[in-house]
Amino acid sequence: MAVKTGNHTYLLENTPSVLSFGAVGSKKESEGPLGRYFDVINPDSSFGESSWEKAESKMVQISVGQALSKGNFEADQIDVAFAGDLLNQCIGSAYGLRDLGIPFVGLYGACSTMAESLALAALFVDTAIAKKALAVTSSHFCSAERQFRFPLEYGGQRPPTAQWTVTGSGACVVGESDAAPFVRAVTIGCIEDLGIKDANNMGAAMAPAAAKTISHYLADTRTRPEDYDMILTGDLGQVGSALLEQLLEQEKVDLKGRHQDCGLLIYDRKQQDVHAGGSGCGCAASVLCSFILPKIRQGTLGDVLFVATGALMSPTSSMQGESIPGIAHLVHLSSGRRRKGVE
Amino acid sequence: MSQKAAPNSKLWRNMLLAFLVGGLICTIGQGVMSWMQALGLSREDGGAITSISLIFLSALLTGFNCYDNIAKHAGAGTLVPITGFANAMVSPALEFKREGFILGVGAKMFSIAGPVILYGSAASVVYGLILAIFG
Repeated sequence: MAVKTGNHTYLLENTPSVLSFGAVGSKKESEGPLGRYFDVINPDSSFGESSWEKAESKMVQISVGQALSKGNFEADQIDVAFAGDLLNQCIGSAYGLRDLGIPFVGLYGACSTMAESLALAALFVDTAIAKKALAVTSSHFCSAERQFRFPLEYGGQRPPTAQWTVTGSGACVVGESDAAPFVRAVTIGCIEDLGIKDANNMGAAMAPAAAKTISHYLADTRTRPEDYDMILTGDLGQVGSALLEQLLEQEKVDLKGRHQDCGLLIYDRKQQDVHAGGSGCGCAASVLCSFILPKIRQGTLGDVLFVATGALMSPTSSMQGESIPGIAHLVHLSSGRRRKGVE
Repeated sequence: MSQKAAPNSKLWRNMLLAFLVGGLICTIGQGVMSWMQALGLSREDGGAITSISLIFLSALLTGFNCYDNIAKHAGAGTLVPITGFANAMVSPALEFKREGFILGVGAKMFSIAGPVILYGSAASVVYGLILAIFG
């Protein structure tokens, strides 16, 4: 049963396991350093659909299909699905899961949704109110551009702090098992807003939230960054990653080279013209489900703090001159049920 | 702190490219203009044909998925001339085609260029009044 420790963290005593997972990407993701780890790559970013929104829902269907089939599950074995995306009213998830008949909880955590959905799925399984729970998120470069920025063919320049929305989706089925990766703890983040207003610099807007959640978790669990093999943030990109390390340094927390960022892992920033790195719900989700979870399962990575970060603004709030509130949720994933050296 | 962490745009490179591409577009315009005048058109008619052909070229390149790739490097070089205005009309028209011809193309076509048209017209009214009163 989940136990609250400190002010923000829940320890999952039954350590639910990520039973199976699937990751989908498109052309640009396949050309990145992690391209070969994806389960499904469709070089056609429309995924054969007539609109970008339908393409995004298709990606959700594919990643959920992969996660189910890799674990030999049927949709009716899943007790509850936690899903969300960046589109207005979360239509990527709603239309993607429409035909599956799984009880559905729609979430909005912007790009933090993978950690948010995974945390809730793990809590549901840990407290035994669900046997199997699904966590899935997606983002699509083209549907995000048209909603948040300019039409695709509009000739504008992106500033160097801008990030590239990942076209991808990741899905996890969480349940009880003796096989890794295990979910050991989750920390629900608080909204942090230090007054960044530039929607082209979301890494900077989200970094304080990530710093806060990480320091909450470390304080709640009385652990240090050295106790983990990797502290993986969602999509801070190059600017936000630098800021995170500076912010934590001020609190005397040294990540000591253990910090990685999904937005920096997924693309080759020198070759792929993505400016400050990747972003979007699909960024953290697809990197987690393609690259990180298999490594934890094999045991090459022991303990990973997965901290997906989100910027909770909308085009309306940006236009009205509001600053960008950031959020970060943390999931402690591990290859073992107990910490190394303890018990 | 966030400003220090943010890399700056490559200002000199951007300005040079904007100058070169913007200059090239204007040179093409002047070329068309001179050609039309050589064919015996008046300066006014030649100017109209020049604008039309540049708008046509810009719209065509937008439709062929080229304009944004040029603009990525050229910046203000492609934005400031009349070609940028054409691109700002055509790109939302293409993008919002799926929402239908009335609420999609019709309503969204002016989402970027609309402010220019509105304030351009408003400014011309003000100038017209000044001219009428003091002219």
